[in-house]
Amino acid sequence: MSATQHAATPKLQSVEKEPYYQPIGGEIALFESAHRRRLPVLLKGPTGCGKTRFVEYMAWRLKRPLVTVACHDDLTTADLVGRYLIIGNETVWVDGPLTAAVRAGALCYLDEIVEARKDTTVVIHPLADARRILAVDKRGELVAAPDDFMLVVSYNPGYQSVLKEIKPSTRQRFVALEFDYPEAAVEAGIVATEGNVDAETARRLVKLGELTRNLKGAGLDEGASTRLLVHAAQLISDGVLPATACTAAVARALTDDPDMTGTLDDLVRAVF
Amino acid sequence: MSSRRLFSDELEQRLDEVLFASPSHRSAKNIADGLERLTRVQQELVLHWISVAAQTYAEIGYQVASLAPKALDRLDTAGFEAWVLAGLDAYDRKGGQLAMTLLRDLDGFCAAREHASAAARLAEVETRLSRFLQGLSGRPLALGAGQVAHTDTESVFLPAQLATLPSAADNRRLYKATAALLWAQTRYGTFGTAAIDVEATLARWVDRERALRWFAALEAVRLEAVIGAELPGLAAEMAALRGPWPEALGEAVLRLGRPDTAVSHSLTFLADCMAGEGEPPPLPHVGAIDLDAVLRVRAARIARESETVRRALSTLKGFGGRQGAGEDAPAVNVEGGKVEFSLDGELAALPPEAQAAAQSLLQDLGEVPPECLVPAGPGAWQPTERVVGEGGGENALTSHREPHRRYDEWDYRRRAYRRGWCHLFEVDLKPGDPDYVAKVSLRNTALIRQIRRRFEMLRGEDRLLGRQPEGEEVDIDALVEARADAASGAEPSARLFCRRIRNERSLAAMFMVDMSGSTQGWVNDAEREALVMLCEALETLGDAYAIYGFSGWTRTRCDIYPVKRFDEKYDATVRGRVAAIEAKDYTRMGVAIRHLTRLLDAQPARHKLLVSLSDGRPDDFGDEYRGHYGIEDTRRALQEAHERGVRSFCITIDRHGADYLQRLYGPARYAVLDDAKKLPLKVADLYRRLAT
Ligand SMILES: Nc1ncnc2c1ncn2[C@@H]1O[C@H](COP(=O)(O)OP(=O)(O)OP(=O)(O)O)[C@@H](O)[C@H]1O
Ligand SMILES: [Mg+2]
Repeated sequence: MSATQHAATPKLQSVEKEPYYQPIGGEIALFESAHRRRLPVLLKGPTGCGKTRFVEYMAWRLKRPLVTVACHDDLTTADLVGRYLIIGNETVWVDGPLTAAVRAGALCYLDEIVEARKDTTVVIHPLADARRILAVDKRGELVAAPDDFMLVVSYNPGYQSVLKEIKPSTRQRFVALEFDYPEAAVEAGIVATEGNVDAETARRLVKLGELTRNLKGAGLDEGASTRLLVHAAQLISDGVLPATACTAAVARALTDDPDMTGTLDDLVRAVF
Repeated sequence: MSSRRLFSDELEQRLDEVLFASPSHRSAKNIADGLERLTRVQQELVLHWISVAAQTYAEIGYQVASLAPKALDRLDTAGFEAWVLAGLDAYDRKGGQLAMTLLRDLDGFCAAREHASAAARLAEVETRLSRFLQGLSGRPLALGAGQVAHTDTESVFLPAQLATLPSAADNRRLYKATAALLWAQTRYGTFGTAAIDVEATLARWVDRERALRWFAALEAVRLEAVIGAELPGLAAEMAALRGPWPEALGEAVLRLGRPDTAVSHSLTFLADCMAGEGEPPPLPHVGAIDLDAVLRVRAARIARESETVRRALSTLKGFGGRQGAGEDAPAVNVEGGKVEFSLDGELAALPPEAQAAAQSLLQDLGEVPPECLVPAGPGAWQPTERVVGEGGGENALTSHREPHRRYDEWDYRRRAYRRGWCHLFEVDLKPGDPDYVAKVSLRNTALIRQIRRRFEMLRGEDRLLGRQPEGEEVDIDALVEARADAASGAEPSARLFCRRIRNERSLAAMFMVDMSGSTQGWVNDAEREALVMLCEALETLGDAYAIYGFSGWTRTRCDIYPVKRFDEKYDATVRGRVAAIEAKDYTRMGVAIRHLTRLLDAQPARHKLLVSLSDGRPDDFGDEYRGHYGIEDTRRALQEAHERGVRSFCITIDRHGADYLQRLYGPARYAVLDDAKKLPLKVADLYRRLAT
């Protein structure tokens, strides 16, 4: 097998239109600073609190293409770095998303990093420290990351279990930004904008969110995320009755436990 | 059984058997005479329940026996059983005196049962309601049974049964509305703030009770409006349940029915109401206000939480070390209902429990009390308030520790759970001989080597799947073949890759080890050696596992001894604890199974296994848990585990070829060893069969 021609690299997403993002604290400035200083960033926070949206927004703001990889436990090094394919009579190398992002100086976002296998996570180590290089072992190539390249990973500490822990050697390479559900008024603004509902409906949805978050650890693993509230708002703006929308988008999405479902129905009814 | 009625003397004899604790001055004769006229079926029913009751408390047995004829005149079989059960339940919850009163009040019981179909019971709605309250409040609010609905600001008490409204569904809604109103009292300042002293205002009236009743009604009006602003659905439901406001409250509704009112408005208007002679109109969802209980609980909480906040603030840099507060006192900002502390202009984050305490103080007082901001003297801060060295418990019978959890227990005679009956404590083991494990290992080198080899073969390993359409490696064989195919003009296969597939063992195993007194001696030795073998096997296999010992002394002291928690490594500490496993007290198995099932349930593994090592039947101090009761409760606990997806395996050492095991371990699988010495040899082997 002699031929090792470059197949077209995977298409990179470039964020053309400004995504709607409501800043919560100083996260934008901090992220920009990390980018300037070529430091990788770790986003921590519960599900559906705006991490992905934030990265999209930052890609737009920094005018960098964005490569997103959702990590899972079958994700191999080859899935990230690249592999040979055989096309017709030739073996063709195809860059994986990580390599492609490095070459293009993009933002590479590894979502839910803890889901990836431990041996996969280590390929990012040389990329995430001062060396900023990616080893493409199969080709014997070392790809140096251009200044614009930035590695962003996310993880949700709430799910942290014995099996899913981020190793200190991985963790300590990143600048950590902590996310949480925003304050009621801010969150209501997000729900109103994203879900296209009036301010009062948004306020009540956020109230419902708050009530369910009080149940975290008392029957629920997690309270309703901003995402769920946005979903409910979208159903409402489509004409679904508020209580029905909340039951479907929030209550049923949070649990299967019949007792808990009853409680959530009560809470929905209390708010609407 | 023949259907012939029993005569008085026969009954007397039977009664003597079941009322075993018969004090001499009492004779079963009168009771027997009373029972003579019943049918045989009724007689047998009564005798059965007398014996059940007497096993709980002899006096209740007598009470049931003497009232049975009257009760059966008015109640059918189910009603009669419900009456006895209600008495036993009252005994569990409130003691003998109240149980007797309840049983004697047959009229009351029958009346309640009349519309029992329309009644709602607290037990039915308890879980859902307490979570509802938890959802509403940031601050935890417990739920309990009480004669009248009221709150002491830490618990909400509701009647065990509600039959005010015509249908059960309405009564369930009434529970919710009543509870929500009580929650609102604690949340929206009914009991005053630092600035408003409710007690002082109420002291103006001699007839304090009447004033409290009016106060409760006025607050109901005010709070419904306040709730309406945040939770309109809930307010609407309350309004629907109470119907239109009674005329006597018309003025109150005008004055207080607005969302921006405070308790001071209610107190002002209260004077008008008390000027008249009248009573407030009854409202279905309005309970009582027990101001004395509230003030007591509240004062204790405020003191406790102030201390917590003060201590937490003392640890903040630049504050703790100094003597006087002076200009270095932290600034408090409570805008927007959230407490924020800052020191020298910088936001200071408190530990979560201190933050919660500050938040709770704000709810009680409308402010964070200034005393909190005064630093504690040097050395006042203790990182933990817990008393160390409380484990073991020589005098534990008299100790007043708070249990970590309470668990229900199954009473087969009642065919019902006794709520929160067992008090469970997790107790630390004092480390034993540090060399114990090494010594055992040395003695069993060959066996351990064999175990390791066997379990190594079972370990989940990555597999390479060939001939895949994609994968991380080229499958050379497939490629060569494809090339050859192509050269010869045949269609080459596109499946040219290898793919790594993980062979994951997703299993968590929990080992529950009997530490009761009966294991004293070589059973205990065998258990410890068996654990050494097991740990070797499990370490090789890489499964998640935990080990807990259990023992105890009556239902109020069920002890669980963590030997190895799931998140602990098999290290020197754990080895020390294995060595420390020793024979202690009794074997109340059900509660241990329930607790460990709970822990196991929290594990992320797909398969969950509970393995118990014990030496015979469940047993506890006093007669109760011995025999049938313990067997049935254990069986029930295993069933519950099964329903939660936990598979159980019980290993018993019993030389007497136990006949009760079939019943005991019904829902689980089990193995009996006739000789403890076989346990270490067998246990790894049993595990292998279970877990592969
Ligand atoms: N600050 C915000 N600005 C704008 N929209 C937001 C913001 N926070 C949350 N959202 C809304 O919430 C939704 C969920 O956010 P997102 O998908 O970014 O969550 P996430 O943190 O990435 O969650 P996960 O961990 O589950 O991937 C978004 O689609 C958006 O509608
Ligand atoms: Mg995301």
